[in-house]
Amino acid sequence: MTAFTALLLRDIRLSLRIGGGALMGALFFLIVVTLMPFAIGPDLNLLARIGPAILWLGALLASLLALDRLFAMDQDDGSLDLLMMGRMPLELAVLAKALAHWITTGLPLVIVAPVLGLMLNVELRAMGWVTLTLLAGTPALTFIGLVGAALSVALRRGGLLLPVLILPLTVPVLIFGVAAANAAIVGPAPFGPPFTILCALSLASLVLGPIAAAAALRHGLE
Amino acid sequence: MQLNADNLACSRGGRDVFAGVGFSVASGEALVVAGRNGAGKSSLLRLIAGLVRIAGGTLDLQGGEPEASIAEQAHYVGHQDALKPTLSVGENLRFWAAFLGAAADDIEPALEAVGLAALADLPAAYLSAGQRRRLSIARLVAAPRPIWLLDEPTSALDTPSQARLVELMRGHLAGGGLIVAAAHGPIGLTQARELRLGAEG
Amino acid sequence: MAVIDLANPTRFLALVNRVLPWLVAATALVFAIGLYRAAYAPDDYQQGATVKIMFLHVPAAWLGMMGWVIMSAAALGTLVWRHPLADVAGKAVAPIGAAFTLICLITGALWGRPTWGTYWVWDARLTSVLILFLLYLGVMALYWTAEEPGRGARAAAILTLVGAVNIPIIKFSVDWWNTLHQPASVLRLGGATIDASILVPLLIMAGAFTLLFITLHLAAMRNEILRRRVRSMRLMQAQTMAEARS
Repeated sequence: MTAFTALLLRDIRLSLRIGGGALMGALFFLIVVTLMPFAIGPDLNLLARIGPAILWLGALLASLLALDRLFAMDQDDGSLDLLMMGRMPLELAVLAKALAHWITTGLPLVIVAPVLGLMLNVELRAMGWVTLTLLAGTPALTFIGLVGAALSVALRRGGLLLPVLILPLTVPVLIFGVAAANAAIVGPAPFGPPFTILCALSLASLVLGPIAAAAALRHGLE
Repeated sequence: MQLNADNLACSRGGRDVFAGVGFSVASGEALVVAGRNGAGKSSLLRLIAGLVRIAGGTLDLQGGEPEASIAEQAHYVGHQDALKPTLSVGENLRFWAAFLGAAADDIEPALEAVGLAALADLPAAYLSAGQRRRLSIARLVAAPRPIWLLDEPTSALDTPSQARLVELMRGHLAGGGLIVAAAHGPIGLTQARELRLGAEG
Repeated sequence: MAVIDLANPTRFLALVNRVLPWLVAATALVFAIGLYRAAYAPDDYQQGATVKIMFLHVPAAWLGMMGWVIMSAAALGTLVWRHPLADVAGKAVAPIGAAFTLICLITGALWGRPTWGTYWVWDARLTSVLILFLLYLGVMALYWTAEEPGRGARAAAILTLVGAVNIPIIKFSVDWWNTLHQPASVLRLGGATIDASILVPLLIMAGAFTLLFITLHLAAMRNEILRRRVRSMRLMQAQTMAEARS
C-alpha cells in the first residue's frame, strides 16, 4: 500500500466511524434547504425557479463548514507532525486528505441533492443536470476550502475565520455552477460553456489548492 | 552516518529559545538532551525533525540517503501520540507503517516488540496512557528509519515497559542507528552522552 | 548598496522620517491642484455636476487594485526572500488598500443614486470591487487573529497570492455573470475618447491619490516597525524578569 492510499483510506475510515461526521454536511444541507421556503414562502413556482440556486448555496455552505476540522484534528493529536515527515511530498498528502474529505462530505451532498430538489419542485429531468453541475463543482469548493483549512490551522484558529477567508474566493464556482444548472433547465444560453468552465475551475483548484495548503502548513512552522 | 549540529539557534514567537548549540552523533551513539523546563529540549528535537525552523547555524547528516531530508530519515516521538481513538490498535500502526515507508505490511512483530499484540483489534480509545505511548513507539519498529528523536520517551511507561524500550533502543543502536532523546532523568542507556541546554537551575 | 541599506529597519525608519514631511507636502499640493482642476472641469451633458464624483471614484478604484499588487509583491518578499521589511509592507498596505476600495464603493454608491436611481446596482465593476473589498477584509482578519506577527505574515502572504491568482478569475466570472443577467452597464466613460478637459484633472487626481497612498503606506510601515519593537522589548522584559527570578 502506498502512503497516498494509506492516508486516503485512513481519512475515509475515520470520517465513517463514530464521531467522524461524514454525514454531518448532508444533514446541514438538508436543514439549510428546509429553511429556505420559510424565508421566501412556499410558492412552488418561485421555488422551482430558484431551486438550483438554493441547492448550490446550500452545498457551498455545507462543504465549507465541514472543512473546519480537516487539519485541526491531525494537529491536535500530533499526526500533522508525522504527516510532514513522510517521504511523500506534503502537497500529495494534503491532496489525499482533500480527496478523502470530498468523498465523505462532498459526494453525499451530490447524492442527496436530487431528493432535496424534489422538495423544491425542481423537475426530475432538470434535477439530473443540477446534480451533474454539483458533481463537477463541489471538488472545486473542497480544494479552495482546503487552503482556508490549512491557514486556520497554521494560525491555530478555527471557527468563522475559514468561511471569511474562503467564501469570496468561491464566487466563480457559484456563478458558473448556477449558470450551468439554469442553462440546462430554462435556457436559452447553452449548457456547454459554463459547465466546461466549472470543470476547469475544479481542475485548476485541484492543482493549486494542495500547493497553497501545503505552503500554508509549512509556513505555519515556527 | 553522522548527525552534526553547529551553532544551532532556535527562536519561537520572537523569543530566543536557545543559541550556539552544537553536537555530533554518529551511528550507534545516543545523545541525551538535558536541561531545565523551557531550556528548549523539545524545540531542539522538533528542529531536527524539520518541524521548527532553524533560526541560525547548520544541521547536516553525513552518510545518509543523499536525496532524503533529515526529517524523512527520522522518527519523532513527541508528547502527543498521533493515534486516532476510533481506529483499532492494528489500524493505527498499519497506517503509520505504510505512511512512513515500511517495506512490509506485517505489523505483528512491531506490536509484539512493545507487548501489544493481544490488543491489535481493540480501538485505541481504550488504551491507557502507557499503552498509547508503547503503540507510538511500535511505529519505530514497524517502519525502520536510522534516526530516532524521542521526547521524554520513558514518561508514562512502567518499569517493565521502560526496560523493553531500553532493549529496543540498544537494538537500534547496535543496528547502526542513532538516537537523540530529551529527558529529565536517565533513560537507561549507559553509553549515552549528555548535552545540557540552558543555564543550570 | 541602497537596497541592502533599506533592508535594515533602523535605516528605513531614518529614511521614512526624513522623506515623510516632503511627501505630505507634495500630497497636499497635488491634491489642491487636482481638486481645483476637477472643480473647474466641464459638467457632463447628461449627468451634470455629479460626474465629478468620478475624480474620486476612479483613482480610488485604481489604487484599491494597486494595493493588492503591492501586497502580492510583499507576499513574494515574505515567502521567497524572507525579507523582514516585506512582512511589514504587506501588513501595512492591507488596511490602506481596503480603505481605498471602500472609498471606491461609497463614491460608487453616491454616484449610482442620481445615475441609476438607486444606491446599489449589481453592476459588474461594482460587484468585482465589492469582492475585492471582502478579500481585503479576509487578509486583515488573518492579521488580527494571528498572535505572532511572523506567523500571521506568512499566512496572509499565502492568502494574498491565492487571491492574486483568483482576482482575475473572479473579475472574469462576474463580468460573464453580469452579461447573463443585465444589459451592459449604464456607466460608459467612452473609453479612449475622454476629453482632455476631464482626462487631465483625472490624471492629476490619480497622482494625488497615489502620493496619498505612498505617504500612508510609509507611515503605516513606520508604525508597524515601532509596534514590533515594543513587542520584542516586552518579550525581552518578560525574559529577563523570568531569568532574574530563577
